[in-house]
Amino acid sequence: MTTTVAPTSAAPAPSGKTSGRSGKPRAAKLVRMVPLTPAIGLMLVFLAGPILYCVYAAFTNMALTGTGAANVKFVGLDNFRKAFNSGAFTNAIWLTLVFTLISAIIGQNTLGLGLALLMRKSTKVVRNFVGTAVIGAWVLPEVVAAYLLSAFFNDDGTLNVMLHAVGLPGQDWLYAAPIIAVSLANIWRGTAFSMLVYSAALSEIPKEIEESAEMDGASGARRLVFVTVPMISRAVMTNLMLITLQTLSVFGLIFAMTRGGPGTKSQTLPLYMYEQAFSFSQIGYGTAIALVMLAIGAVFSLIYLRGLNSEAA
Amino acid sequence: MVMRKRFKVVAAVSAVLLAVSACSQGSTTKQPDAGSSQSSGPAHIKIAYQQWGPGVVMKNFLTGVKAEYESANPGSTVEILPIVASENDYYTKLQLMMRSPNTAPDVVYEDTFLINSDITAGYLRPLDDYIKNWDQWSQFEDTAKGAAKALDGKTYGVPDGTDTRALWYNKQLFAKAGLPADWQPKTWDDVLNAARTIKQKVPGVTPLNVYSGKPMGEASAMQGFEMLLYGTKDTLYNNDQQKWVVGSQGFKDSLNFIKTVYTEGLGPSPKQALDPNMGSKVGTELLPGGKLAIALDGSWIYGNWQKTGAKPWPQWSTVMGQTAMPTQDGGGKGKVSLSGGWTWAIPAKSKNPDAAWNLIKTLQTQKNAAKYATDGAQIAVRKDVADDAGYKNSAKSTQFFTDLVSVTVYRPAYAEYPKVSNEIITAMEAVMTGQSSPDKAAKNYDEAVEGIVGKDKTTQGQ
Repeated sequence: MTTTVAPTSAAPAPSGKTSGRSGKPRAAKLVRMVPLTPAIGLMLVFLAGPILYCVYAAFTNMALTGTGAANVKFVGLDNFRKAFNSGAFTNAIWLTLVFTLISAIIGQNTLGLGLALLMRKSTKVVRNFVGTAVIGAWVLPEVVAAYLLSAFFNDDGTLNVMLHAVGLPGQDWLYAAPIIAVSLANIWRGTAFSMLVYSAALSEIPKEIEESAEMDGASGARRLVFVTVPMISRAVMTNLMLITLQTLSVFGLIFAMTRGGPGTKSQTLPLYMYEQAFSFSQIGYGTAIALVMLAIGAVFSLIYLRGLNSEAA
Repeated sequence: MVMRKRFKVVAAVSAVLLAVSACSQGSTTKQPDAGSSQSSGPAHIKIAYQQWGPGVVMKNFLTGVKAEYESANPGSTVEILPIVASENDYYTKLQLMMRSPNTAPDVVYEDTFLINSDITAGYLRPLDDYIKNWDQWSQFEDTAKGAAKALDGKTYGVPDGTDTRALWYNKQLFAKAGLPADWQPKTWDDVLNAARTIKQKVPGVTPLNVYSGKPMGEASAMQGFEMLLYGTKDTLYNNDQQKWVVGSQGFKDSLNFIKTVYTEGLGPSPKQALDPNMGSKVGTELLPGGKLAIALDGSWIYGNWQKTGAKPWPQWSTVMGQTAMPTQDGGGKGKVSLSGGWTWAIPAKSKNPDAAWNLIKTLQTQKNAAKYATDGAQIAVRKDVADDAGYKNSAKSTQFFTDLVSVTVYRPAYAEYPKVSNEIITAMEAVMTGQSSPDKAAKNYDEAVEGIVGKDKTTQGQ
């Protein structure tokens, strides 16, 4: 009576699943990818495509008019040689570094950290008010913010009125110290981002650590420097990397406030790039500068990533 | 199981359809096939021009021409495209539009100095075949015919007028400063001294305006710098040697003049001058408002003050005087003027060139040509327009500016000129803001020009 029929009849179902495991999932994977093709296609066309075109154009003499518009010729490293021999380019790099240092690395970073620290201890009302004001500055459209700040720094503007009210001399900020003016403008505009990042990072710190440091006798400043900041060091590095890259590419704010002027006193790399590519019609040269800017951004990123990795180790 | 499979198939197919429909772009205008003869069928053509500042002369003129064209060609439509951009931004925008058949207008308003540059770029279409069958072409002066002619000998545009440049001055402010109503400066120092007198005697008024800096683009180069440079012994381009001039004393002297005007406070503040609206401000606010005493400007600015203009000012013919800009030391011809002009051109990538030519013919019927020359404050380039009574009597200044045509010079409108012009205005801005000394700015200009045209195409100035 004990035939082997019963067990074998039960076998096919589980064995069907196990034997098919190698063949079917691969096909399933490909079918799963199909709905992604429009998204991948769009990204290739609109993201990778222009970047690759930019890389191509940087090595040509492409222009909007004149020679170089009809017959685009490959010129190798000529555009880069022209850039590195150009005083205006060196000026633009210097101004970009000054702008990034003042407005991002020093300004937004420390102000954001300071605001986040203070808001930890403040009442809910104050926290909401300050938070709304700071974030409001951040979400304003760039051109609107630029006009507001233009009016603020203008010769007859609010800043000079305030300075005169306390007896200090004013000056034509946008004309005499344009890079300082746009740096302050960018700090006003972008601090919200750092503040949010640091708020999140600080809320992760367990209260017990700070309390135990306080009980051990550490003063407020020592607690900040030796306990709090090291605990959020990863957030510091990430934040610095993000705001540096964002600040390197600030264009609209500076263009609407000073157009890069007077002369070239506030002409950072993005503005120099715009002027060469569009106002002076040299697309090839402009895209070469864009690639140099990409390289500068990459160098900054490497520095920060190094910092991140060494913290993680 | 089957449901899941069917769902996957449906999802995949719909995704592919979405991608396909997103990639194909329907044309924004229904065009007839490019190969068919456009003159027989109805066409939709676009005409582009610059709209900057409050003036509406061109807009009104084109609206009238559009109505004429559409009634003469039933079924065809004309779309008027105002490009709202200042000076050089307009040229950039136009070049960007002409690069693709999808965006190229059919008729464009093209400045003569860009003709060779845009032809080298392949943006414009030669008009010789159309012109040889056009009876109006014989009315155009020879210099005008040459203005739109490229180095390859073909004509690429139909000029609608020209202009000259000189000093406009406010006789009322001059009286207050004790300066003569019939002012005839003979040297640059005469001009500067008059400005200094005004600064002293009539405070609150800007003595002299000379366009300078990058925001005012070609206006700074032509009305500003070249009006000075061509009054010295040097020029931008040596026609005999066919080479660009660098290292010239005249260039440095002209930069020094700019520096003097802006550092002595004889002109607007550098900040005011670097406003891209300065051009329209001079004509519509500063001169009619008596806030500017002397303006080194063009023959056309009275167009603002006519009844059809942006700031009608009937008293202008008694208040404003004109005198020629002198040469540096009174030598040579004694007077300096430069001439430019605008043309109507057909982009190479236009889809309706025949219809576009019909529109240009409508723009330049004798009646329309005279109308625009009058309302647009142009100097006539056609014999019949020059004889037109309406044009001749339109403005007191017309005769004065037309007489300057005998001494006027033209820019070296070669393909590299726009790039050279950009270096000129960069040098001007560096000097007027105090960023560079005139010598250093001139040296930077020399190096830049050598980079643009090649060292073998440059020659030292005197």
